Amino acid sequence: MAVFPYLIAGYLFVLGVYGVVRSRHLVQTVVCVAVSQSATYVLLLSAGFQKVATAPIFGQSTPVGTSVVDPVVQALTLTDIVVSATVTALLLALAIQIHRRHDTVDPDELRSLRG
Amino acid sequence: MTSLPPLLIAVPLLAACVLLAGSRLLPRLAVDLLSTLAATIALVIAGFLVVATKDERVVSWAGGWRRIGIALSVDPTSAWLACLICFLGACALLYGWRYFEEVRAHYHALLLLFLAGMLGFAITGDLFDMFVFFELMGATAYALTGFKVEEPESVQGAFSFAVVNSLGGYLCLMGIGLLYARTGALNLVALGEAVRGRPVDLLVIAAFVLVGCGWLVKAAAVPFHFWLVDAHAVAPTPVCVLFSGVMAPLGVYGLARVESTVFASVQPMAQRVFLVLGIVTAIVGAIMCVTQRHLKRLLAYSTVAHIGIFLVGLSTLDIRSTGVYLLAHAGVKGALFLLVGILLAKHCSVDEIDLHRDADRSVFRGILFAIAALALAGLPPFGTALGKSLLEDSGTGIAVLLIAVSAVTGGAVLRAGLRVHFGLGPPPESEQEVSKGEERDPEVTGRTHLTMVAAILVLLGFGLAIGILPSTAPEWTLHGVLLGLLSTALAGAVAAMSIWKHHFGRRIRPAINVLHRVHSGHVGDYAAWLMAGVAFVALLAVF
Repeated sequence: MAVFPYLIAGYLFVLGVYGVVRSRHLVQTVVCVAVSQSATYVLLLSAGFQKVATAPIFGQSTPVGTSVVDPVVQALTLTDIVVSATVTALLLALAIQIHRRHDTVDPDELRSLRG
Repeated sequence: MTSLPPLLIAVPLLAACVLLAGSRLLPRLAVDLLSTLAATIALVIAGFLVVATKDERVVSWAGGWRRIGIALSVDPTSAWLACLICFLGACALLYGWRYFEEVRAHYHALLLLFLAGMLGFAITGDLFDMFVFFELMGATAYALTGFKVEEPESVQGAFSFAVVNSLGGYLCLMGIGLLYARTGALNLVALGEAVRGRPVDLLVIAAFVLVGCGWLVKAAAVPFHFWLVDAHAVAPTPVCVLFSGVMAPLGVYGLARVESTVFASVQPMAQRVFLVLGIVTAIVGAIMCVTQRHLKRLLAYSTVAHIGIFLVGLSTLDIRSTGVYLLAHAGVKGALFLLVGILLAKHCSVDEIDLHRDADRSVFRGILFAIAALALAGLPPFGTALGKSLLEDSGTGIAVLLIAVSAVTGGAVLRAGLRVHFGLGPPPESEQEVSKGEERDPEVTGRTHLTMVAAILVLLGFGLAIGILPSTAPEWTLHGVLLGLLSTALAGAVAAMSIWKHHFGRRIRPAINVLHRVHSGHVGDYAAWLMAGVAFVALLAVF
């Protein structure tokens, strides 16, 4: 069933956002953002997947003309992973700094910006 | 000609690398000069692109791979935006020369990387590349927002900004994935052809909602706007010029770009979404703006209100008038932020009530502040008034909204300026529900230097020049001027009312307090509002 991976992707995204909404710890918030992002990996890879196809590397075992999975979505996913690494590292650094300056990592206790 | 677009992105990137590599060796003056020079060179390249795109768009394919490769595609709108990005960047860097007592080259490098990200977003012709540049400008913007790592508010604001924008980016990427799964294309033009060739089905609508929500988060439309105000409140003041003037408007530009290329077949639906969100954003932004005491938050909410106006402009498909308004708004708003920056450096506070008590009696800066506030309200012959009057031609309802919103936001800014610089009126009542403005930029000198005033005058002059350029000046009409004068007068009335008759709004105070409480500063709440916004946009799109 081809719809299944898309449902999984949607579920993962909503799960991640739910985690961010309910989180009581900033590190957990960061991990939940990463969970949301993994939805995009699932969606992109499933967009290029074919059942009987092999890896998109042509050589002696896979002559030109064999059906392969789409390499473009794999490149997109790799780029996405790089983005994820940057953002996660930055968020974790900010979480450490928030812990130092506010003496708490509970988002409910961060009250300095409002209105 | 085709080498200009890649060069435009490469110049700030390269300068940032040089600055980072030589950060220990280069003296401060060299860092300032080099970074400002890089932004100016990019401005010149963008200027050439404006001339080159007069007749046809300039397209450059990476590595010469036509059709299947990645393209940079510049049309007049993106060329003008590129000019604006480089111009604001150069002004922010110039202002920083004497604003920061001590600042390491990392700041300049980050700012140049931020410029490169925005330039890439503006001129790319590839949907996935838009996402990549969205993330590049996002990551550098989070770092710049949290630049004062020792300030508690600063790191908190950067954290919320990063979480909300990342979630928005992932929504957008899911939309891009769906479009690619359907069409096998990522180039905007190729995508447009493929989508136009088929009947509109649920997948196209879902892709529109997802991609649109991604750009709406960047544009800070209500209810995706919470991060913007927190980020403006805590970022170093010169950076706010870029955030307000061009980063948030780039979200509106992204919407315009995908609407006109990819989603041309669902345009009526897109216009409906933009109109409704634009009206809500303008009204919420204006109400929040007039009830602030933190000057940077006040200016940030006025930006939210203006984003609403740009969205309304987008819904009328009047890209040119929206563009004129956007350019002029960037200049005027930038000048206001830099004026607030001087107050912050001198008094270590941007709180209207504190500053009213020991008012800053600089008449020169007070007059500049008042002029900029009136320009924001639509004082002819500023470009803001011209853009507003052009948009007002598209309908009576829109004209009423535009005049009301610009009068209220301009009036709020004018009130703050008059209180702070001239000490007018009785001491203002303190508001319990809003943040106070006690903060400090790192290692600022606290002196007003010529370069700082020059940056302010250049920005304000830019806002004026947009209205009196030979190419725009003939578009003034008599009733446009009169409506501009009307909204200016109304702004004056709003300012006078809130200085001397501030008990007037007491009856609606509970409702406004509820609105303030919604802006809770809690990152989880912001994520919940994001999802609510996605659901709202989806409902608007389907029905």
